[in-house]
Amino acid sequence: MRGKWWVPYAFLAPPLVMYSIWVLLPIFQTLYLSFTNWDGVSPSINFVGLSNFKRLFEDPYFVTSLWNNVKWLVGFTMISVPGGLGIAMFLNQKFTGSKVYKVLMYLPMTLSFVVIGQMWSWILEPQGALNSFLNLFGIHEIGWLSDPDIVTYSLIMAALWRQIPYAMVIFLAGLNQVPSELVEAAYVDGANSWQRFFHVILPMLRPATVVAITVNIIDSLRAFDIVYVMTRGGPFYSSSVMANYMYIQAFNNYQMGYGAAIAVIQFLITLGFIVIYMRNVLRREEA
Amino acid sequence: MKKILFHAFAIILVTVWLFPFMVTLFTSFKTMDNLMTSRSWWLPPKVWHTENYLKAWKDANMSRYFLNTFIITIPAVLGTLFLSSLGAFALSWYRFKFSKVILMIFVGGMLVPFQMLLIPVYRLSIQLGIYNTYWGVILFHIAFQIGFCTFFLRNFMKTIPASIFDAAMIDGAKHFTIYSKIVLPLTVPALAALGILEFTWIWNDYLWSLILIQSDKYKPITLGLATLQGEWVTQWNTMAAGSIIAAVVPLVVFLMFQRYFIEGLTAGSVKG
Repeated sequence: MRGKWWVPYAFLAPPLVMYSIWVLLPIFQTLYLSFTNWDGVSPSINFVGLSNFKRLFEDPYFVTSLWNNVKWLVGFTMISVPGGLGIAMFLNQKFTGSKVYKVLMYLPMTLSFVVIGQMWSWILEPQGALNSFLNLFGIHEIGWLSDPDIVTYSLIMAALWRQIPYAMVIFLAGLNQVPSELVEAAYVDGANSWQRFFHVILPMLRPATVVAITVNIIDSLRAFDIVYVMTRGGPFYSSSVMANYMYIQAFNNYQMGYGAAIAVIQFLITLGFIVIYMRNVLRREEA
Repeated sequence: MKKILFHAFAIILVTVWLFPFMVTLFTSFKTMDNLMTSRSWWLPPKVWHTENYLKAWKDANMSRYFLNTFIITIPAVLGTLFLSSLGAFALSWYRFKFSKVILMIFVGGMLVPFQMLLIPVYRLSIQLGIYNTYWGVILFHIAFQIGFCTFFLRNFMKTIPASIFDAAMIDGAKHFTIYSKIVLPLTVPALAALGILEFTWIWNDYLWSLILIQSDKYKPITLGLATLQGEWVTQWNTMAAGSIIAAVVPLVVFLMFQRYFIEGLTAGSVKG
């Protein structure tokens, strides 16, 4: 569309100004704060160089949090992606009523993490549904949320309850793009269902798979609500993740500079995957 | 036969999946005595006690939190839809030097970990005097959601045939008139899908009200429910009723408009 050069900028100004103030500028401010020891209150901000970052890697709680994020990442990519794909393949079969099952599976996606955390705490309580059920088979109380060796896996399980349906949605949309003639042609050529899946359907699902994996990685690295609502990262930081540790340091301990440094590490790790996602978007733009 | 197997598996899958939801629903209708004596969480209550809901609504202050969520969510959704539609119009209908860069900034921003924004947004809200008000949260949601919404609406506006537009240009219409009278009405389906998606997202937000709201009287339902966990921790049935109250609006919205919801979700992530 033609017009004066500034016309598009006039339309962009209101959203871009708001976006800059609340999203873009804060990114740089946090970057700056990570080199200071600001406490959140005092008017003077002291520059301390890289000492926050040095301290981070000597802080056992941060190392635990980082390691837990790795567990989340593995759990999300190794369970949520294939799980979502499997359920999508299963429910994508053309039977009457399959739509109802899909809608029911989507349900967890509409719930807040606070509600999800609450629901799962009744499952995982010492006297909760899971232990009461296992009791019937003579298995006695497992400390799903109190045993430091188990608690992170319990939280990942609760998060997967919502994450797998999300991966499923991405794959169902991908399956919609697979031309059925292609699958039928393979069938006519005598390919069995495994061959059809691995040689016809899966290659066609490549874009959906890339999206599902990157989205899951990004989500696993920014997990917060579930952890904070269910355990606050406890017991003794054993279930802490970076996002939760950052919140505690910055807003409970008023170590804003240190908290900012945690956020920066989290950001830098995520950045690579954000770039992959954006390149994917750009490529589709150019196609 | 194949059909029976499919339904059998599907019913097992859905039942197992919705188990936490059913446990909560059943718990919300039981008495504490009932819960303490029988640990059969998975059984429906023999008598359905509705008084837990009354207790959660009145004594646990859920009615206030419920109202607050509406007060925050509705202006936030409308605000972000309006501002993003302006940006999307510029990015889809004009060719200019930085259009791709600006689009990428909008896309990238929506993926940034929230922790990167927490401290500066908290500080900014205090400086602007909107800390611990509805406005602090509303304005943040509007600003943050602009990223995804602009991207989404721009992709939709790109599909509007240019021929409509050229005819209007010949008529000498002003740029803003083209936006408001031609492009915006044609974008209504996308705005509806996006609005539903944004409504549930903002409704379900927890972190930003945790950071920006302190007083009980402004807390939205998610933050309110989390606060109650401390106080009412032994009252499983009341907490369960509170959880259902917090879940019911996004749930109903989803069931009514699930087609739009899913379309919105996938258009944003897969088709691009």
